[in-house]
Amino acid sequence: MRERLPILVFALLMAAIPFVPDMPPFWIVLLDNIGLSALVAMGLVLLTGVGGLTSFGQAAFVGFGAYTTAVLTTAYGLSPWLTLPAALVVSGIAAVLLGLVTVRLSGHYLPLGTIAWGLGLFYLFSKLEFLGRNDGISGIPPLAIGTFRMIDPGTIYYAIWAAVLIAALLTMNLLDSRTGRAIRALRRGHVAAEAFGVQTPRSKLLVFIHAAVLAGLSGWLYAHFQRAVNPTPFGAQAGIEYLFIAVVGGAGYVWGGVLGAAIVVVLKEVLQSYLPLLLHGEGQLEIIVFGILLVALLQLAPSGVWPLLASLLPVKPSTKRPDPTLQLTERVRTAGEGGVLLEVDKARKQFGGVIAVNDVSFDVQAREIVALIGPNGAGKSTTFNLITGVLTATSGAIAVNGRKLRNPPPQEVVKLGIARTFQHVKLVPDMTVLENVAIGAHLRGSAGPLSSMFRLDRADEARLLAEAARQIARVGLAEQMDQPAGSLSLGQQRIVEIARALCADPMLLLLDEPAAGLRHMEKQRLASLLRQLRDGGMSVLLVEHDMGFVMDLADRIVVLDFGTKIAEGTPAAIKQNPEVIKAYLGAAA
Amino acid sequence: MNTTIMLFLIQDGITNGAIYALLGLALVLVFAVTRVILIPQGEFVTYGALTYASLCAGQMPGTARLAFVMGIAAFAFDVFAARRALRLPLIARAFAANIILPGIVLALTSVLVGRHPPVLVNVALALVIVALIGVFLYRLAFQPLAHTSVLVLLIASVGCHLAMQGLGLLFFGAEGQRGPALADTAATLGPLRFTGQSIAVYTLTIAFIVALWLFFGLSVYGKALRATAVNRLGARLVGIRTSLSGQIAFLLASIIGALSGILIVPITTLYYDTGFLIGLKGFIAAIIGGLVSYPLTAIAALLVGIVEAFSSFYASNFKEVIVFMLLIPVLLARSLAAPAVEEEKD
Repeated sequence: MRERLPILVFALLMAAIPFVPDMPPFWIVLLDNIGLSALVAMGLVLLTGVGGLTSFGQAAFVGFGAYTTAVLTTAYGLSPWLTLPAALVVSGIAAVLLGLVTVRLSGHYLPLGTIAWGLGLFYLFSKLEFLGRNDGISGIPPLAIGTFRMIDPGTIYYAIWAAVLIAALLTMNLLDSRTGRAIRALRRGHVAAEAFGVQTPRSKLLVFIHAAVLAGLSGWLYAHFQRAVNPTPFGAQAGIEYLFIAVVGGAGYVWGGVLGAAIVVVLKEVLQSYLPLLLHGEGQLEIIVFGILLVALLQLAPSGVWPLLASLLPVKPSTKRPDPTLQLTERVRTAGEGGVLLEVDKARKQFGGVIAVNDVSFDVQAREIVALIGPNGAGKSTTFNLITGVLTATSGAIAVNGRKLRNPPPQEVVKLGIARTFQHVKLVPDMTVLENVAIGAHLRGSAGPLSSMFRLDRADEARLLAEAARQIARVGLAEQMDQPAGSLSLGQQRIVEIARALCADPMLLLLDEPAAGLRHMEKQRLASLLRQLRDGGMSVLLVEHDMGFVMDLADRIVVLDFGTKIAEGTPAAIKQNPEVIKAYLGAAA
Repeated sequence: MNTTIMLFLIQDGITNGAIYALLGLALVLVFAVTRVILIPQGEFVTYGALTYASLCAGQMPGTARLAFVMGIAAFAFDVFAARRALRLPLIARAFAANIILPGIVLALTSVLVGRHPPVLVNVALALVIVALIGVFLYRLAFQPLAHTSVLVLLIASVGCHLAMQGLGLLFFGAEGQRGPALADTAATLGPLRFTGQSIAVYTLTIAFIVALWLFFGLSVYGKALRATAVNRLGARLVGIRTSLSGQIAFLLASIIGALSGILIVPITTLYYDTGFLIGLKGFIAAIIGGLVSYPLTAIAALLVGIVEAFSSFYASNFKEVIVFMLLIPVLLARSLAAPAVEEEKD
């Protein structure tokens, strides 16, 4: 409850403002506008700052919300309270339709796509007959509870700011959950999250809908605040301005959206009302100064004003430890003792004319540590990607527990009990070690976005975090649990990846160069951990360049060279194998 | 529809498309080198066009003063950035580039204005003024942000667009202007009439595309720019000054923008805020070209111009809708065709 205290203080403060004697009504209007913008910016924080999906089209969703209630209340005489769900549903459905097209766009295409439909929808708003073309729709009824009609800015103020606070709480709850971790992982690419069962397209669509619904809510409030709508506030300029707000405030922070809205709205207002007096100038001086100030602000605080401000607040992040007694159900282990767990049969991967993996066959038994070695470019990581479904094989077969896999996506492979780490560490640097590791247990939880928003997911969440904490302790990083993953050394980050993989409750652990960057003692600890896992019934397939480490640890070694398997056997046999020596040291050796 | 109308529309589309092609090329160039999505490209167009028109009308363009003021600020930025190792030659060089050069241009402009110099002199002056603004814009707004994310650069870019558009209104007023044509001749081919101006548009577009191609393919600076585009860190490690690459990119973009403006201002009346929409169309072409490919961008620009011409004939109300909606299927196709590799993002 303690971390909610500042929000309560803020809510009380906001509630008290209209009671300040001699409060100029102008300031209340300003606060109303700040609240309306903050709602949209908050959605953008989730979408752009957290999820990494830049959108210029949010103003269009505000338009959907505003026009929905405008049409329904004026043409059909519905009560504004009935049009609220309609406005949210319309913007949500619009988000699904546009999102299905847009979120598939990768890289820079995505923001450009949003500009395109943002502009397109704006022109549509201004050309459609039943939306009143350029004149829009007027005579929208005010919000009313019984006979209390929210006509003046001072009364709708409460509706707007209640919406802002509720939206902020729900958004923060969402971010601090199983679904939220999947969203926060989006910005760092999709491969790692997908390897633990996250359906990244679905997560992207989810944040897209969330942001659109918040924008729709803002539009609904706007329509009943202004009592009239026209296309102008839903155009490209507005869409860009919402993005300003999010970036200036701090695109990665929910409260950055609110702060950014305050900064931008107040700045524009002050410039518009005082600058002409000051300079007696003609033209749009305020726009010029606003543009210059914006660039200057970005140069001073490139990651937004909120993080600067938040570091001054005396609030410490909570270091709540999950209850260690909570348990997750474990996988039913069907593999009999000593059976073949993984069978790779003539797997082949071609990139154009290059054969990265050339008809490689090997297997991994239950309770066995197998090492895959070979010089750089031998095709080891590609083999890993084939097994885990990141790449699809050109030909050949891979079977787990005797069941043949037909190019399943990574999300399905992890369900079969295969979890992996990456050669190039793929953690979310600004999430804590605990949160990163909990992504590994994604498939073992079930809470969805709605239950996360309303905090109905706490039992599920506590079990996930307890499991994550247990695996972190197991790999020996309990001390670093609450640190941002990006602050750890590279070697430690590799160990965090192992803990994350263990969280998936795997039968087979795929480790891509786990010992790189570790010190001697750390390597020994890692080796004993892996032995211990094997003795507990797990199998390990690892790629590693440290020959001492591999020879000591592995039960069996498979050697690849230029994509082809050249040898397989016990460490002792491999050391003597002339083919292997030739591959590593050249023909003359 | 008869063939004559169709030919007219195609001709109109190609003339506009050629301009979009130039702008699209500039956008691709700037984005590749600096990661800045250059929204103020449209302002380079209006500044170029209206500076030229003002000069021809015998008025002193405010842009010349703007270039001088920006130069002073850029000098301050240079001195501040080098404050720990201030050496006289360094200051002298910065002074010459940032203050003396725009000073000479300002002086020259005020001497020549009202004396009705030949059209080409006005063109050259307008180009130099806008080019200076372009380079200083990079120095002042974007060079200090070079390390930040594409998103922050984009927002800064929008900020620059707003400021420059506001300044445009201040300098040129709300009324539209037209400039004299570069060439008065005209030729007819069947039902089509080619004015000297549209021939100038075609020739200059082709000349610029060829020049850019030669610049990037053959010159050391062009290669340095390409290297910066591919890998900033790598480029720095081999001794390429990435800030210089950025300045060159902005220099080229502002010249291209101003030239486009000068080419269209005799054909259509330009207002202080017209450039934005023109720049946007170039932008669409650049996106269709994937922000990387120059020939694709040029072809896409012609396509955008023709689609625009036809939709303004058939459904002028929905002209913009159609042009912008053109993007979505293209983006989708490009995105699906792209390999599913992991992008290392910042």
